[in-house]
Amino acid sequence: MTPETETKNRASGADLIAQAKAEIEEVQPTEAAAEIDSGDVALVDVREQHEFEERHIEGAIHVPRSYLESRIEQFVPDRSKRVILYCASGIRSALAAKTMGEDLGYADVSSMAGGITLWRDRGLPVVTPRSLTQEQKERYSRHILVPEIGLEGQLKLLDSKVLLLGTGGLGSPTALYLAAAGVGTIGLIDDDVVDASNLQRQVIHNTERIGMPKTESARQAIEALNPDVNVVEHRVRFGPENVIELLSEYDVIVDGADNFPTRYLLNDASVRLGKPVVSASILAFDGQISTFVPHEGPCYRCLYPTPPPPELAPSCGAAGVLGVLPGIMGLLQALEVFKLVTGAGEPLVGRLLLFEALRTEFTELKVKRDPDCPICGPNAPEIADEDLGKFPDYELFCAG
Amino acid sequence: MPKVKIPPVLRAQTGGESVVTVEGGDVGTVLRGLADAHPGVSGQLFDDSGELNRYVNVYLNDEDVRLLDGLGTAVTDGDTVVILPAMAGGRL
Repeated sequence: MTPETETKNRASGADLIAQAKAEIEEVQPTEAAAEIDSGDVALVDVREQHEFEERHIEGAIHVPRSYLESRIEQFVPDRSKRVILYCASGIRSALAAKTMGEDLGYADVSSMAGGITLWRDRGLPVVTPRSLTQEQKERYSRHILVPEIGLEGQLKLLDSKVLLLGTGGLGSPTALYLAAAGVGTIGLIDDDVVDASNLQRQVIHNTERIGMPKTESARQAIEALNPDVNVVEHRVRFGPENVIELLSEYDVIVDGADNFPTRYLLNDASVRLGKPVVSASILAFDGQISTFVPHEGPCYRCLYPTPPPPELAPSCGAAGVLGVLPGIMGLLQALEVFKLVTGAGEPLVGRLLLFEALRTEFTELKVKRDPDCPICGPNAPEIADEDLGKFPDYELFCAG
Repeated sequence: MPKVKIPPVLRAQTGGESVVTVEGGDVGTVLRGLADAHPGVSGQLFDDSGELNRYVNVYLNDEDVRLLDGLGTAVTDGDTVVILPAMAGGRL
């Protein structure tokens, strides 16, 4: 064969496209939209990944043309099913329709004329799915690789707003790991400043920042770790006058408070607002943790209807604690937040987990809803804002 | 003999022990046995009429005894009785 005849027998790209278009069925975008609305059609986007991520038609299956032969059967196993293919302008989908019809044996395949460009020109709707930036894909790659999290779970974390009560022993590790995980907004409530005696366990702070407000110190640490996180500082004392406003902005509350009045106040307000609370406490070598999801499981008052007298609540004063203990309990809190936000796994709802550090022993106790609970029970009375968290002797606790 | 788990706030009264074994066929007998052996515990567990203080939760294994038969809940060898007052520390 001479070079001339070889060239002559080769079709140009334009010829191939024209030939494919002549051999396949085409549908106009408006006709395709009507078919999609009526259901029972497999709509397949054959463009590349980045094009699909930018925008696509709702409900479309994504099979890039280069993977058509190897992947289409997974998504459209029934070769008699009605299939509409689209790309950007109708060329790649025409070629793909030819392949599906002639080579793969699909009986009822059409290509959408003009692709998604014409579809949009006709005023038909597209979805613009959110995705991650290249830096985020890299930063969160070890999350995305886990099927239980994936891209969807990571987006949920990035969209989540978590409020931490306290940036001390429990709040420090919780905040660091939630920030690293990409929780989008972290609110920090603390009106204290960093003290040298904090640093044995409050790992979000450091020696240089002694004397700095804890929320500011924590913000600096979080921003250095992960610029994706929006840190909101609440340099206030948590009280009945601001509890509703503070909680309203957040999806999950993490309780690392150091006194009973705060815990009851938080409970009463969170039940009112329907906000889940991950609650942990520590003393010396012992910790306990549970997750309170209002009306799904018990609340803090179902578990502890009355606070103990001050002599049984020594944590009000300066009690000692093994530095690593709040690390362990705070990370268990971060784990609970992760589960609540992504929906993965089973949070500690209706379960109280005790941890004894010296024995390295966990004990799990069942906690049931109290049908007579004055806060979350079916007959709970309406409570005025100023009465949230109250007990007759409320002010006695930790008055000093 | 049943085991009793002692919470941190009561360990000063049990010589620092976090687990003690006490003879007894029901939860009340076990707890009173504990109070006899370690008198400091008594006032913190029981009110003046001999009932459990409301701020102390007691579990037989993992169940709240208030949802079983209270202090009359039967206990057998190998069971664990957990005494659990609320703890508040965190920010510390």
